Amino acid sequence: MGLNEPDRTVIAALQDGLALEPRPFGAIAMAAGLTEGEVVERLDRMIEAGAIRRFGVIVRHHELGYRANAMVVWDVPDEVVALIGRRLARLPYITLCYQRPRRPPIWPYNLFCMIHGRDREAVERQVDEATCAAGLDGLPRDILFSKRRFKQRGARYRVARAESGAKPEVPA
Amino acid sequence: MTTLNQTADHGLSHDAASLSAFDKRLLNEYQRDFPLSPRPYAEIARQLGAQEAEVITALRRLKRAGLISRVGAVVTPHKAGWSTLAAMAVPAERLEEVADLVSSYLEVNHNYEREHSLNLWFVVASADKAGVRAVLKSMEQETGLQVLDLPLVEAYRLDLGFPLSWD
Repeated sequence: MGLNEPDRTVIAALQDGLALEPRPFGAIAMAAGLTEGEVVERLDRMIEAGAIRRFGVIVRHHELGYRANAMVVWDVPDEVVALIGRRLARLPYITLCYQRPRRPPIWPYNLFCMIHGRDREAVERQVDEATCAAGLDGLPRDILFSKRRFKQRGARYRVARAESGAKPEVPA
Repeated sequence: MTTLNQTADHGLSHDAASLSAFDKRLLNEYQRDFPLSPRPYAEIARQLGAQEAEVITALRRLKRAGLISRVGAVVTPHKAGWSTLAAMAVPAERLEEVADLVSSYLEVNHNYEREHSLNLWFVVASADKAGVRAVLKSMEQETGLQVLDLPLVEAYRLDLGFPLSWD
Protein backbone atom coordinates (compact mmCIF):
# COMPACT_ATOMS: atom_id res chain seq x y z
CA MET A 1 0.00 0.00 0.00
CA GLY A 2 1.32 3.42 -0.91
CA LEU A 3 0.74 6.28 1.46
CA ASN A 4 -0.85 9.43 0.11
CA GLU A 5 -0.06 12.94 1.19
CA PRO A 6 -2.66 13.23 4.01
CA ASP A 7 -1.49 9.86 5.39
CA ARG A 8 2.08 11.15 5.51
CA THR A 9 0.95 14.34 7.18
CA VAL A 10 -0.83 12.34 9.89
CA ILE A 11 2.28 10.22 10.48
CA ALA A 12 4.46 13.32 10.61
CA ALA A 13 2.11 14.94 13.14
CA LEU A 14 2.43 11.82 15.31
CA GLN A 15 6.25 11.77 15.39
CA ASP A 16 6.48 13.17 18.89
CA GLY A 17 3.67 10.97 20.13
CA LEU A 18 -0.04 11.23 20.76
CA ALA A 19 -0.96 13.92 23.29
CA LEU A 20 -1.87 12.58 26.73
CA GLU A 21 -5.12 14.52 26.79
CA PRO A 22 -8.75 13.47 26.54
CA ARG A 23 -9.14 14.14 22.80
CA PRO A 24 -5.63 13.62 21.42
CA PHE A 25 -6.58 13.09 17.79
CA GLY A 26 -7.95 16.63 17.67
CA ALA A 27 -4.45 18.11 17.70
CA ILE A 28 -3.34 15.75 14.93
CA ALA A 29 -6.43 16.73 12.92
CA MET A 30 -5.59 20.40 13.31
CA ALA A 31 -2.01 19.86 12.11
CA ALA A 32 -3.13 17.74 9.16
CA GLY A 33 -6.09 19.90 8.13
CA LEU A 34 -8.50 17.00 8.64
CA THR A 35 -11.33 16.28 11.03
CA GLU A 36 -10.78 14.18 14.15
CA GLY A 37 -12.89 11.40 12.61
CA GLU A 38 -10.83 11.45 9.42
CA VAL A 39 -7.58 11.10 11.39
CA VAL A 40 -8.88 8.10 13.31
CA GLU A 41 -10.20 6.54 10.11
CA ARG A 42 -6.90 7.06 8.27
CA LEU A 43 -4.87 5.53 11.11
CA ASP A 44 -7.24 2.60 11.21
CA ARG A 45 -6.80 2.06 7.48
CA MET A 46 -3.00 2.34 7.62
CA ILE A 47 -2.89 -0.28 10.38
CA GLU A 48 -5.25 -2.53 8.46
CA ALA A 49 -3.08 -2.20 5.33
CA GLY A 50 0.14 -2.88 7.24
CA ALA A 51 1.68 0.55 6.58
CA ILE A 52 1.62 1.14 10.32
CA ARG A 53 3.08 -1.90 12.02
CA ARG A 54 1.61 -1.10 15.38
CA PHE A 55 0.02 1.78 17.18
CA GLY A 56 0.26 2.13 20.92
CA VAL A 57 2.52 2.49 23.90
CA ILE A 58 6.21 2.46 22.97
CA VAL A 59 8.21 1.36 26.00
CA ARG A 60 11.86 1.93 26.82
CA HIS A 61 13.40 -1.47 27.50
CA HIS A 62 16.43 -0.28 29.37
CA GLU A 63 14.46 1.81 31.85
CA LEU A 64 12.12 -1.13 32.44
CA GLY A 65 15.00 -3.28 33.63
CA TYR A 66 16.04 -4.93 30.36
CA ARG A 67 19.62 -3.75 30.69
CA ALA A 68 21.25 -6.06 28.17
CA ASN A 69 20.50 -5.47 24.53
CA ALA A 70 22.28 -7.42 21.86
CA MET A 71 22.26 -7.35 18.10
CA VAL A 72 23.01 -10.92 17.10
CA VAL A 73 24.22 -11.61 13.57
CA TRP A 74 25.00 -14.69 11.48
CA ASP A 75 26.42 -15.39 8.05
CA VAL A 76 23.81 -17.68 6.52
CA PRO A 77 23.93 -19.08 2.96
CA ASP A 78 21.55 -17.07 0.76
CA GLU A 79 19.55 -20.17 -0.22
CA VAL A 80 18.43 -20.82 3.35
CA VAL A 81 18.46 -17.37 4.96
CA ALA A 82 14.70 -16.81 4.54
CA LEU A 83 13.84 -20.22 5.96
CA ILE A 84 16.15 -19.81 8.95
CA GLY A 85 15.16 -16.16 9.44
CA ARG A 86 11.49 -17.11 9.73
CA ARG A 87 12.33 -19.87 12.19
CA LEU A 88 14.35 -17.47 14.30
CA ALA A 89 11.59 -14.85 14.17
CA ARG A 90 9.12 -17.25 15.78
CA LEU A 91 11.07 -17.40 19.05
CA PRO A 92 9.31 -15.24 21.65
CA TYR A 93 12.39 -13.29 22.80
CA ILE A 94 13.44 -12.21 19.30
CA THR A 95 12.09 -8.67 18.94
CA LEU A 96 13.29 -7.87 15.42
CA CYS A 97 14.67 -10.12 12.71
CA TYR A 98 15.94 -8.94 9.34
CA GLN A 99 18.05 -9.93 6.38
CA ARG A 100 20.51 -7.18 5.45
CA PRO A 101 23.36 -7.10 2.91
CA ARG A 102 26.89 -8.31 3.70
CA ARG A 103 29.70 -5.82 3.10
CA PRO A 104 32.80 -7.99 2.70
CA PRO A 105 35.46 -7.93 3.89
CA ILE A 106 34.40 -5.58 6.70
CA TRP A 107 31.01 -7.11 7.43
CA PRO A 108 30.33 -10.77 6.57
CA TYR A 109 26.90 -11.19 8.21
CA ASN A 110 23.46 -11.15 6.53
CA LEU A 111 20.99 -12.25 9.25
CA PHE A 112 20.27 -9.81 12.09
CA CYS A 113 18.12 -10.07 15.19
CA MET A 114 17.65 -8.16 18.44
CA ILE A 115 17.39 -9.71 21.89
CA HIS A 116 16.64 -7.71 25.04
CA GLY A 117 17.27 -9.35 28.40
CA ARG A 118 17.50 -8.56 32.09
CA ASP A 119 21.25 -9.17 32.00
CA ARG A 120 24.06 -10.32 29.76
CA GLU A 121 23.92 -13.94 30.90
CA ALA A 122 20.20 -14.18 30.13
CA VAL A 123 20.81 -12.86 26.62
CA GLU A 124 23.73 -15.25 26.04
CA ARG A 125 21.56 -18.20 27.07
CA GLN A 126 18.87 -17.10 24.63
CA VAL A 127 21.40 -16.68 21.84
CA ASP A 128 22.59 -20.26 22.36
CA GLU A 129 19.04 -21.54 22.48
CA ALA A 130 18.08 -19.56 19.35
CA THR A 131 21.16 -20.82 17.51
CA CYS A 132 20.10 -24.37 18.18
CA ALA A 133 16.35 -23.88 17.62
CA ALA A 134 16.74 -22.11 14.28
CA GLY A 135 19.38 -24.51 12.92
CA LEU A 136 22.21 -22.00 12.99
CA ASP A 137 24.83 -24.24 14.63
CA GLY A 138 28.26 -23.98 13.10
CA LEU A 139 27.55 -20.80 11.14
CA PRO A 140 29.72 -17.72 11.75
CA ARG A 141 28.10 -15.59 14.44
CA ASP A 142 28.73 -12.46 16.44
CA ILE A 143 26.96 -10.89 19.44
CA LEU A 144 27.11 -7.09 19.56
CA PHE A 145 26.03 -5.98 23.03
CA SER A 146 25.22 -2.30 23.34
CA LYS A 147 27.53 -0.30 25.58
CA ARG A 148 26.22 3.23 25.39
CA ARG A 149 23.05 4.76 24.10
CA PHE A 150 23.70 8.09 22.44
CA LYS A 151 20.21 8.63 21.03
CA GLN A 152 16.86 6.86 21.04
CA ARG A 153 13.56 8.15 19.70
CA GLY A 154 11.06 7.55 16.90
CA ALA A 155 11.91 7.95 13.23
CA ARG A 156 11.22 11.22 11.49
CA TYR A 157 10.55 10.50 7.87
CA ARG A 158 9.78 14.05 7.06
CA VAL A 159 12.48 16.52 7.95
CA ALA A 160 11.96 20.07 6.79
CA ARG A 161 14.55 20.95 4.14
CA ALA A 162 15.91 23.82 6.20
CA GLU A 163 16.45 21.52 9.18
CA SER A 164 18.18 18.77 7.25
CA GLY A 165 21.93 18.37 7.38
CA ALA A 166 24.58 18.45 10.05
CA LYS A 167 22.84 20.82 12.37
CA PRO A 168 22.54 20.19 16.06
CA GLU A 169 19.10 19.08 17.07
CA VAL A 170 17.18 21.21 19.52
CA PRO A 171 16.87 19.08 22.66
CA ALA A 172 13.34 17.80 23.22
CA MET B 1 23.77 10.71 25.89
CA THR B 2 23.43 7.97 28.45
CA THR B 3 25.88 5.40 29.61
CA LEU B 4 23.77 2.30 30.00
CA ASN B 5 25.42 1.14 33.19
CA GLN B 6 25.17 4.57 34.74
CA THR B 7 21.44 4.68 34.08
CA ALA B 8 21.05 1.35 35.79
CA ASP B 9 22.90 2.61 38.83
CA HIS B 10 20.97 5.82 39.07
CA GLY B 11 17.67 4.47 40.06
CA LEU B 12 15.49 4.54 36.95
CA SER B 13 15.13 0.81 37.50
CA HIS B 14 13.68 1.73 40.88
CA ASP B 15 10.69 3.16 39.01
CA ALA B 16 10.31 -0.10 37.14
CA ALA B 17 10.34 -1.99 40.43
CA SER B 18 7.65 0.18 41.99
CA LEU B 19 5.09 -0.14 39.22
CA SER B 20 1.49 -0.83 40.19
CA ALA B 21 -0.56 -3.60 38.62
CA PHE B 22 -2.43 -0.88 36.74
CA ASP B 23 0.84 0.57 35.34
CA LYS B 24 1.92 -2.89 34.24
CA ARG B 25 -1.31 -3.46 32.36
CA LEU B 26 -0.96 -0.10 30.61
CA LEU B 27 2.61 -0.95 29.63
CA ASN B 28 1.91 -4.47 28.43
CA GLU B 29 -1.57 -4.47 26.96
CA TYR B 30 -1.56 -1.28 24.90
CA GLN B 31 1.59 -1.67 22.82
CA ARG B 32 -0.76 -2.90 20.09
CA ASP B 33 -4.52 -2.69 19.76
CA PHE B 34 -4.58 0.81 21.20
CA PRO B 35 -8.17 2.03 20.89
CA LEU B 36 -8.60 4.26 17.85
CA SER B 37 -11.57 6.30 18.97
CA PRO B 38 -11.97 10.01 19.67
CA ARG B 39 -11.44 9.41 23.41
CA PRO B 40 -8.93 6.54 23.49
CA TYR B 41 -7.95 6.97 27.15
CA ALA B 42 -11.60 6.77 28.18
CA GLU B 43 -11.86 3.52 26.23
CA ILE B 44 -8.75 2.12 27.98
CA ALA B 45 -10.24 3.22 31.31
CA ARG B 46 -13.45 1.37 30.50
CA GLN B 47 -11.47 -1.79 29.64
CA LEU B 48 -9.42 -1.61 32.85
CA GLY B 49 -12.23 -0.49 35.13
CA ALA B 50 -10.73 2.94 35.84
CA GLN B 51 -11.36 6.60 35.13
CA GLU B 52 -10.10 8.38 32.02
CA ALA B 53 -8.15 10.84 34.19
CA GLU B 54 -6.37 7.97 35.99
CA VAL B 55 -5.21 6.53 32.66
CA ILE B 56 -3.94 9.90 31.46
CA THR B 57 -2.21 10.65 34.76
CA ALA B 58 -0.52 7.23 34.84
CA LEU B 59 0.69 7.51 31.23
CA ARG B 60 2.06 11.00 31.88
CA ARG B 61 3.91 9.73 34.95
CA LEU B 62 5.34 6.73 33.07
CA LYS B 63 6.48 9.03 30.30
CA ARG B 64 8.08 11.46 32.75
CA ALA B 65 9.89 8.55 34.41
CA GLY B 66 11.25 7.56 30.99
CA LEU B 67 9.57 4.15 30.98
CA ILE B 68 7.45 5.11 27.96
CA SER B 69 8.97 6.90 25.03
CA ARG B 70 5.58 7.86 23.59
CA VAL B 71 2.19 6.66 22.47
CA GLY B 72 2.48 6.50 18.73
CA ALA B 73 2.83 4.69 15.45
CA VAL B 74 5.62 2.35 14.43
CA VAL B 75 5.70 2.67 10.67
CA THR B 76 6.51 -0.39 8.58
CA PRO B 77 9.97 0.11 7.03
CA HIS B 78 9.96 1.69 3.58
CA LYS B 79 6.25 2.51 3.62
CA ALA B 80 6.37 6.12 4.70
CA GLY B 81 9.93 6.77 3.57
CA TRP B 82 13.32 5.12 3.45
CA SER B 83 15.60 4.03 6.27
CA THR B 84 18.78 2.12 6.82
CA LEU B 85 20.96 0.66 9.55
CA ALA B 86 24.42 2.21 9.38
CA ALA B 87 27.67 1.33 11.09
CA MET B 88 31.07 2.93 11.54
CA ALA B 89 34.42 1.80 12.95
CA VAL B 90 35.40 4.80 15.06
CA PRO B 91 38.80 5.05 16.79
CA ALA B 92 38.19 4.94 20.57
CA GLU B 93 39.53 8.45 21.15
CA ARG B 94 37.08 9.90 18.61
CA LEU B 95 33.98 7.93 19.61
CA GLU B 96 32.18 10.63 21.62
CA GLU B 97 32.89 13.34 19.09
CA VAL B 98 31.68 11.20 16.16
CA ALA B 99 28.67 9.86 18.09
CA ASP B 100 27.59 13.39 18.94
CA LEU B 101 27.94 14.45 15.33
CA VAL B 102 25.87 11.44 14.18
CA SER B 103 23.18 12.14 16.81
CA SER B 104 22.98 15.78 15.73
CA TYR B 105 21.31 14.78 12.44
CA LEU B 106 17.55 14.98 12.73
CA GLU B 107 17.34 11.94 10.43
CA VAL B 108 19.10 9.73 13.02
CA ASN B 109 16.90 8.01 15.60
CA HIS B 110 18.70 5.17 17.39
CA ASN B 111 22.43 5.57 17.92
CA TYR B 112 24.35 3.04 20.03
CA GLU B 113 27.89 2.08 20.85
CA ARG B 114 28.26 -1.68 20.42
CA GLU B 115 30.98 -4.18 21.28
CA HIS B 116 32.67 -4.71 17.93
CA SER B 117 35.35 -3.08 15.77
CA LEU B 118 32.33 -1.54 14.01
CA ASN B 119 31.47 0.21 17.25
CA LEU B 120 28.86 2.82 16.31
CA TRP B 121 25.45 1.67 15.01
CA PHE B 122 22.58 3.96 14.13
CA VAL B 123 19.37 4.17 12.11
CA VAL B 124 18.88 6.87 9.49
CA ALA B 125 15.36 7.60 8.21
CA SER B 126 14.30 10.11 5.60
CA ALA B 127 11.57 10.77 3.04
CA ASP B 128 13.42 8.79 0.35
CA LYS B 129 16.55 6.83 -0.51
CA ALA B 130 18.35 9.92 -1.81
CA GLY B 131 17.75 11.67 1.51
CA VAL B 132 19.30 8.78 3.44
CA ARG B 133 22.27 8.60 1.05
CA ALA B 134 22.89 12.34 1.43
CA VAL B 135 23.06 12.00 5.21
CA LEU B 136 25.50 9.06 5.05
CA LYS B 137 27.67 10.92 2.55
CA SER B 138 27.67 14.07 4.66
CA MET B 139 28.75 12.00 7.72
CA GLU B 140 31.63 10.49 5.74
CA GLN B 141 32.77 13.93 4.65
CA GLU B 142 32.47 15.38 8.15
CA THR B 143 34.34 12.53 9.86
CA GLY B 144 36.64 11.15 7.17
CA LEU B 145 35.39 7.69 8.19
CA GLN B 146 33.54 5.11 6.11
CA VAL B 147 29.84 4.58 6.86
CA LEU B 148 28.43 1.12 6.08
CA ASP B 149 24.91 1.22 4.62
CA LEU B 150 22.94 -1.91 5.57
CA PRO B 151 19.36 -1.44 4.36
CA LEU B 152 16.67 -4.00 4.98
CA VAL B 153 16.56 -6.82 2.40
CA GLU B 154 13.73 -8.76 3.99
CA ALA B 155 11.95 -8.55 7.34
CA TYR B 156 11.17 -11.83 9.11
CA ARG B 157 9.88 -10.13 12.20
CA LEU B 158 8.93 -6.49 12.56
CA ASP B 159 8.27 -4.58 15.73
CA LEU B 160 5.18 -6.10 17.33
CA GLY B 161 5.77 -4.68 20.76
CA PHE B 162 7.67 -6.25 23.60
CA PRO B 163 6.12 -8.63 26.12
CA LEU B 164 7.34 -7.45 29.53
CA SER B 165 7.68 -9.94 32.35
CA TRP B 166 7.89 -8.73 35.91
CA ASP B 167 9.53 -11.52 37.89
